Amino acid sequence: MHDTKTDAALSSPWSGGTAPFAMGSKKLGMWLFIVSDTLTFSALLITYSYSRLANPDWPRPFPINPAIIFSTTMTVVLLASSLTMVMAVMAAQRGDRKRTVLWMVATMAGGLIFTGLHLREWLNLITKEGFTPWSSPEGSPLFGATFFGITGLHMTHVMIGVFYLGIVATGFGRGKFSAEDVEVNGLYWHFVDLVWMFVFPMIYLMSVKY
Amino acid sequence: MVVWIGLVAITGLEVFLAYMELRPTVMLSVLVVLSVVKAGLIMSYFMHLKFERFQLVLWLIPATIFCIFMMLIIFFWDSLRLLQMRPQ
Repeated sequence: MHDTKTDAALSSPWSGGTAPFAMGSKKLGMWLFIVSDTLTFSALLITYSYSRLANPDWPRPFPINPAIIFSTTMTVVLLASSLTMVMAVMAAQRGDRKRTVLWMVATMAGGLIFTGLHLREWLNLITKEGFTPWSSPEGSPLFGATFFGITGLHMTHVMIGVFYLGIVATGFGRGKFSAEDVEVNGLYWHFVDLVWMFVFPMIYLMSVKY
Repeated sequence: MVVWIGLVAITGLEVFLAYMELRPTVMLSVLVVLSVVKAGLIMSYFMHLKFERFQLVLWLIPATIFCIFMMLIIFFWDSLRLLQMRPQ
């Protein structure tokens, strides 16, 4: 069995045991997922920008006060939860289990507050302003389709992220997960934050009511 | 922490731009550039991309930009054409 050919095959980078880019396979997998998810969101955002520029009668349902102030608060909450996630990853790398779990719970709280505020805004748009995913009271009905589609997909990511954080925080607290798992979780959370950094200016700030 | 303050500052700048009532095309371009700056900051510091092997950046970023560019090639010229056709 152990002729020179199999030895050569086993010593090649493809035979396992080597880590591409000197990182764990979980982390590399998360990076690959992030790239594919980037393309999903960029496809949606390109579609949105195209319809936004091509429609002169695009609805502008966001007055500076309260809608833009409201969504800026949401942005700051999400950014703050990114900061607490950085803290969690740093604590995990120091091996400080208690602090890690605390910071991760803070991150989850940020995600939940963000989702709550966002749902409130959705309800306001649907019940008070009369927007639905397929129609709008004035202007192009594409507004509802793109707005609810993009922010809905983003909110799904936030909620999945909250569950993911909960699972990893519990596991890390019990010593089942390593610091790398927390770091991979952090990558996902920062990515959700990153997507919002595109969604917020392109959707909210492009539809300010003057 | 400094990076985080920078991110909040850029967000504030974007909100300020919303008051300026720029034309949608100008506004969209400015906002996309600012967002790309923010994405770069988040990826390099929060997501530690700056501290990984540079080879990873070479693998991930050009491939992503290439794919986004392929989407833009389909849409972009047509949207510019529509802009010129739009009644002024």
